[in-house]
Order: sequence, then structure tokens, then C-alpha cells
Amino acid sequence: MKARTAPRRLPDQVFAYALLVPAFAFLVLFTVKPLVSTVLSSLRDRRDEGPTLDNYRFLAEDEVFRKALVNNLLFSALTVPVSLALAMLLAVLLQRALRGKALLRAGVFAPAILPVVAIAVIWLYFYQPNIGVINEVLGWFGITGPDWLGDTALVLPSLMAMMVWKEAGFFMIFYLAGLQAIDPELDEASRLEGTGRFTHFRRVTFPLLMPTTLFAAIVALADSIKMVDFVFVMTQGGPDNSSNLLLYYIYRVTFAQHWPQYGAAISLLVIGVLVALAVLQIRLLDRRIHYR
Amino acid sequence: MDRIVSWPDRVETALAWLAGLLWTAPLLYVFVRAFESGTADLSSAWQAAPFGRYYLNTALLVTGITAAQLVVGVLAAYAFARFEFPLRGPLFVFVLVQLMIFPEVLMSENYRTIAGFGLLDTLPGVGLPYVASAFCVFFLRQAFLGVPDELVEAAQIEGTSRLGILWKVFVPAAKPSIVAYALVSISTQWNNFLWPLIVAVSDETRPVTVGLVRFLAPETGLDVPRMAAGTVIVTAPLLALFLIGQRQFINSFLRSGIK
Repeated sequence: MKARTAPRRLPDQVFAYALLVPAFAFLVLFTVKPLVSTVLSSLRDRRDEGPTLDNYRFLAEDEVFRKALVNNLLFSALTVPVSLALAMLLAVLLQRALRGKALLRAGVFAPAILPVVAIAVIWLYFYQPNIGVINEVLGWFGITGPDWLGDTALVLPSLMAMMVWKEAGFFMIFYLAGLQAIDPELDEASRLEGTGRFTHFRRVTFPLLMPTTLFAAIVALADSIKMVDFVFVMTQGGPDNSSNLLLYYIYRVTFAQHWPQYGAAISLLVIGVLVALAVLQIRLLDRRIHYR
Repeated sequence: MDRIVSWPDRVETALAWLAGLLWTAPLLYVFVRAFESGTADLSSAWQAAPFGRYYLNTALLVTGITAAQLVVGVLAAYAFARFEFPLRGPLFVFVLVQLMIFPEVLMSENYRTIAGFGLLDTLPGVGLPYVASAFCVFFLRQAFLGVPDELVEAAQIEGTSRLGILWKVFVPAAKPSIVAYALVSISTQWNNFLWPLIVAVSDETRPVTVGLVRFLAPETGLDVPRMAAGTVIVTAPLLALFLIGQRQFINSFLRSGIK
């Protein structure tokens, strides 16, 4: 405890609680209270009568929900590792002595600072079957490109490619920081021993970047659940729900189908996943703090 | 250091430039298309939608939310970093669990709360759910923990009050972290779309992200110059800011992401 030099009006403990009041007031108002009412709402039927488990029963048989869930799982399971692998590759390429390095780094990072909505607008045009840039380029080689966003099999991979493009530049920055923290003598040692680049990467760089990878993976996973703005701009979940994602589906159910009770049940499922991720993240952050 | 330019070096350099091209080409393409008929497309897009108003809304939202988050976050971080009090640990865990719960996932109930306050379609209605940021509290607490005790003791000997110590010792010492958080928050809020889409239904409250989508939606055909012009109007200021303050910006992201 600190020595007191002057008489104070409030004891330290009361003062500390007073400091917390604004933060907790807002956290309670916009997280705890809505969380509790979401639980209660999820137990009521469409006419707002209850309690009932109908929403959860419907969750189990709702084809659209299942599609959104599977799409989101695929989306997360593929975009997260691919974005991180590309980000790592980009960081390794752009940390070397290289003319124009700063320019290249800024260029690769630029999409990461733009709104998802703006990125989505750009790619919406790129993916168009007749006037789109991608099919035009394919046309130079005599290939007739498909309707990227209109095909049930291609729409999700197309959206994934776009998000990987946006996210890789963002996570590159994490890896650049991770690489800066690696002792340059390790590099030197490998060079003196004549270890090949790839071996050096596999045996030295990759393991030392592991903490960065774990941390970035959690951020990327959370992003893959909450960054769904592009669905609004590009596909509205279609065709045939092939690009429906969980948060978008919650929005549709709540505001287009006017069925907030069922939306609440889906929200709780997503929150369960998010809280699990948060616990994992805290564990990791704790570890990082300990070794500092 | 003299190095021999070996084949792997050349391959890596070529790959680096290829990556640079792949990541910048789409943006360059949009800028080229926006200017292909001089500034005609830009000025017609500017007149077709109230982009000036959208910008004002975004600017007000971004500054308001970031300032409020910092005030609320600085106070809470000071309590967690500096004082002992019962339930400190559990209360901090309570903050941390919310690192992942973002207001949009509770959209229906938050909508009801905002409607209950009569704040639908107002800028405070768009901004209020973001005022308490668990990440801000966590991040600033980390920064405050690094402030040396000697500085605090010196201020105490001078008889500085507790809030005075926060303002004169902690805030200046943690300034790089505060700037870093502010930049990250500005960019996050600038890009926000879903919640403003739900709450802001008139041009008087729409931010640029929602405005851009509205501007492009009513078109039946896809008009590339129109799209390019709209996108440039929305992204150019951000890109310009980024290029001017690139180093600070990247460093801030590094700091916020890694520490």
C-alpha cells in the first residue's frame, strides 16, 4: 500500500470503484443486460410467449441454419490457416534487405485498413461474369470464366479468396513484429553452417513465430465470425444460401423475418464459441505477460 | 554488408514484387477507372449522394467513440493497474471475457435498448454500444503497469491528487499506447457497417460505409466508373492518411496486436 501524504476525501478502494463505474455501466448496459435478455428471449416463441424450447428444437432441424453453420465452419477453417500462412510468407519476403521494402509493405497492408464494404464492392465487380476483370484476364488465355458469385459451388471459395487477400496483409504486420524479435545471430549461425533457407525457416523461424501464430489465429478466428459485411454487399447469402454465414443469418432472422426470439437462440450459440475463444485468448495473453 | 546475389535471393525478390503487385493492383485499377473520364465520374458521384454528410457522420462517430472509449478506458485501467480493492481479479476477468463479445452479436437486444432510449437513427444510438471497450481497458492497463513507481512516488510527495497523478504521470507516460489504441479504434470504427446499417436509416446519420452501399444499391446495371468513383470517394482519404502516417500507423498496429 502506498504511503499517504495528504488527507483524502475518499479511501483508495472507494476511489478505485468510482473509476470503474463508467466502464461497468456501459459494459452492463450493452453486454450483460442484452445477454440476459437474449437468453430469456430465446426461450419464447414467435408470439413472444413462453417459456418454450421450440427455438432450440427448430435450430436442430433448420436447414438454412445448418448451411450457415457449415459455411461458417468452412470459412473459418480455410481462411484462417491460409491467411496466416500467406502472412508469414509475406513477412519473411518483406523483412529482407530489399529495395522498395517500405513501399511494398505499405502496399500489401493497404487493403487491411480499408472498410470490408469497400473491398467487397471492388471484388463484386471483379467477379462479374461478363464485365468482371477476372474473367476478362482469363479470356486473354481463351478461358471462359464462370459466374463466380452466381454458382453455388464457387461462391464461398470466391469470398474466401477475397478475405484471405484482405487479412493476409493485416497479419503480415504481426509476423513482421515477431520476426523483429528473433535474434539475428540465429540467422548468422545458419548462414555460417550453410543451412539452407527452407531448413532454417522450418527449424528456426517457424517455431520461434509460434506465439505470434497462436495469437493471430485467435484474432483471425474471431474476425471470420464477425466480419460478414461483404455478404450484404456481394451475395445476400445466396445463391441458395451457399454463402450464408452465421452473423448474417442472425441479422436476416431478426430484422427481415422479424423473429428475434429465434435469432436470440442462434446468437447464444455464436456467443458460446466466442467466449470459448476469449478464454483461450486470455490464457495466451497471460503466458505472454509472464515472459515479459 | 556485401552479399552475393544468389538465385534464391532473386526468386525471393521477384516473389516480393509479385506480392506487392497482387495486393495493390485491385486498388490501382479502381483509381484508374474512377479517373478514366477526368473528374466527371467523381463529381457526378459526389452529387448523386450526400457523401459530404456521410463523411461528417463518420468523422463525428469516429472521434466521439474513440474519445469516449479513451476516457472510460483510462479511468478503468487506472483502477486495475494502480489500486488494490476487493474483487479486483474477478472484475478484471469480467472485462476480459468481453474481449470477444461484440455489440453486433447481441444486435436484437441492443436495438431494443437503443430504441428504448429513443436514440434510433441518431449518432449517439450508433456510438453508445461501443463506449466501453474491454480491449481498451485491457490494453491501457498493460501500459499503465509499465509506469515506474518512482514517478508516482515523486508526484505523491508533491501532494498531487490521485486524479492529478493519472493526468500528469500515467497519461503522458502511456502516450504511445494511447495513440496506438486511438489509431486502431479510429480505423475499426471508420470501417464499421452492420450496426450502423441497423440503427442509421436516414442520410442525416449514415456513415460512409453504409452510404457507399446505399449509393451503389439502386443501380440496376453494374456501372464500373460509378462504382469506382464511389469507392474512391470513400477510400481515398483513408489511404491518404495511411500513406502520410504509414510508419506510425504500422507501428501502432504492431504495438496493439503484439503487446
